[in-house]
Amino acid sequence: MEIHDYEKFWLGAALLLIVGFIATVSYGAVGAGVEMIDDDGGTVDPQALGDHPKFGDPGVYQSGPNEYDVYVVAQQFAFRPGTAEPIRVPAHSTVTFHVTSADVIHGFEVVGTNANTMAIPGQVATFTVEVDGPKTYGLLCNEYCGSAHHAMEGSMEVVPEDEFNATGGA
Amino acid sequence: MATFVDRYPEEASVVKASLVVSFVALGIGALFGLVQALHRTGYFRVIDSVDYYTVLTGHGVLLALVFTIFFLVGLFTWAVVQSLERPLPDIRLTWAWFGLTTTGAVFVAVAILAGFVPSIDMSADVLYTFYAPLQAHPLFYVGLAMFIVGTWLAGADWFLAYRDWRGDNPDERIPLQTFMVLTTMLMWYLSTIGVAVSTVFFLIPWSFGIVETVNPLLTRTLFWFFGHPVVYFWLMPAYLMWYTVMPKLAGGRLFSDPLARVVFVLFLLLSTPVGIHHQYLDPGIAEGFKFIAMTNTMFLLLPSLLTAFTVVASVEHGARQRGGEGYIKWLGALPWRDPAFTGMALAGALFAAGGFSGMINAGMNINYLIHNTLWVPGHFHLTVGTAVALTMMAGSYWLVPQLTGKRLYSRPIGLLQVVLWFVGMVFMSNAMHRAGLVGIPRRTAEPQYQSFDFSAVIGTVGELRAQIALGGFLLFVSVVLFLFNLLLSAFEEPIENPVDDSLPAPLSGASGSPVVLDNLRLWTAIAIVLVILAYTLPLASIVGDAGLFGNVPGVPVWVSANAEVTIEALTEVIA
Repeated sequence: MEIHDYEKFWLGAALLLIVGFIATVSYGAVGAGVEMIDDDGGTVDPQALGDHPKFGDPGVYQSGPNEYDVYVVAQQFAFRPGTAEPIRVPAHSTVTFHVTSADVIHGFEVVGTNANTMAIPGQVATFTVEVDGPKTYGLLCNEYCGSAHHAMEGSMEVVPEDEFNATGGA
Repeated sequence: MATFVDRYPEEASVVKASLVVSFVALGIGALFGLVQALHRTGYFRVIDSVDYYTVLTGHGVLLALVFTIFFLVGLFTWAVVQSLERPLPDIRLTWAWFGLTTTGAVFVAVAILAGFVPSIDMSADVLYTFYAPLQAHPLFYVGLAMFIVGTWLAGADWFLAYRDWRGDNPDERIPLQTFMVLTTMLMWYLSTIGVAVSTVFFLIPWSFGIVETVNPLLTRTLFWFFGHPVVYFWLMPAYLMWYTVMPKLAGGRLFSDPLARVVFVLFLLLSTPVGIHHQYLDPGIAEGFKFIAMTNTMFLLLPSLLTAFTVVASVEHGARQRGGEGYIKWLGALPWRDPAFTGMALAGALFAAGGFSGMINAGMNINYLIHNTLWVPGHFHLTVGTAVALTMMAGSYWLVPQLTGKRLYSRPIGLLQVVLWFVGMVFMSNAMHRAGLVGIPRRTAEPQYQSFDFSAVIGTVGELRAQIALGGFLLFVSVVLFLFNLLLSAFEEPIENPVDDSLPAPLSGASGSPVVLDNLRLWTAIAIVLVILAYTLPLASIVGDAGLFGNVPGVPVWVSANAEVTIEALTEVIA
């Protein structure tokens, strides 16, 4: 097969680019530690969320000295917590989100950050973020979830450490 | 030599009928696009925000499935017949698949449009992706299944034509256009298995109430099993025209036939085992499977990068045949007054930009920032919305005269039309990409929220909205010009040679390439192995989690239509 010299050069450059991309993504995962949404959140019965120890009373639970678990239920057309009351976490802490849905597929996006996941009924999305100083973030559903999808929003408040009270559990 | 309609009048009728359905869908879909662009930017609102999702579903399904695929079946029928130089084996089969596909498309359209009429108990406001457990009327899923089976029969028609040709020509290489059609259809058979299984075994029985529940992650994964390869199903007709028609329009010939074959084989192999890259943010799928999909996706860049080389080289060759010289100056020698050429060239230029934003989407870590934001429609309005749609419109200016025997009504209007599309898309898609970077979501009727604002990195959100509205308006005007130009062409008198429809042989012909390239069985077998490797374990894990039929009941979109009440209740909660 006749392959022109310029064609060979282009082919080599294209392969180099592709391998380079794969290398940067691999480095992001291993070296820089960008964690992916995985299957380690496990499953949950979407029709019995009320009986779940945490999703039955969703909110912010302290799990360590400066570590918190946030349980969020997405449901047409609100986040619990998030919509009626903001998700409140202390500044400069490590926060692990556990997000699920009680009905259809929703999105959970902390606007302007890479805290972004799908909320799929029956599945729990788990991801950990490092929280900076006090600030209020917008929260929105980014997957169409029904006729009032555009009204599904909320907020996340990062408050100074001394003003924080955990809302979930005892 | 007489034109296509004189040589193959019956085939020309089927191709024409397919294009008519395609263009009707284009007209309605474009109108819906205008309504959306003006609604979500707040410039002009003719519908309630609740109906926005009916418009959005119609826009997505009519343009992404009906317009593109009906154009494809028309173009592929033309390509097979003219490259094998023989009529189809049985025109009744041809009309049968056309009838089935069209009926399916009409069912789907009826189910969607009924959403505008509250007195009809029917809706399919589930968007183009129809993620369960949001549940559309059964007619939507039934129409979809018929549509898919129709495309399968169309493929059978072309394979039968190839078999007859092979019987008469046992030792010849497959003609290039037929090779492109067959590899594309093999990819399509493989990838539509996902959506067919999802629709026939799960969604249809579930929408009729025969099974109660669904496994949302399973049907979603099966959707994306099909949902990424369908992207290449849209793209392959554009590639077919870029490889075989555009060099001729430029005044030259295809640079390399063998590499064109390599590219189509690569698409067959790599299109399907990548769908999970749409699910980087889905819980329930392990990171390793996502990594495999990412790797395959990155290698899928290769055929597109090779295409960029071959197509540009062929066009440059054409320009030099026309007397073009210099490193850059040859561009001036191209036939820029020809709307068919200019449309395809502009489509190719924006495809390069769309390719770069696609690389961002494919990077599984940076994808977090733009997932489900306006960046994503910004990306695919460059790929399917320009590379594919603009190439199809431009190609029509060259193709339709062959099917009707009549000249095009106006080439200057055609030229204005393709340039308007390019300009409109530059405004709209660059603004969408930038809006996505600041977190503005896609698929929403009201991108303004009560409790927070978006802040643009450069410029303002108001300026981004203005660009989207302006772009959407120009795109709509472009479609109107396109449809009127074709409509008026229908009233022209038939003439002897309405268009020069000969296609020159490539510079490097097929004869120099290894015969193994034409071994379709081998490539199909490898493609199947890759799919099994990429999908067996994740699917087993998803089914293991919640069972085949899942544990989530449906949420019918046409029953819970009382959204006004819901919004009011919600507003009170927020207040």
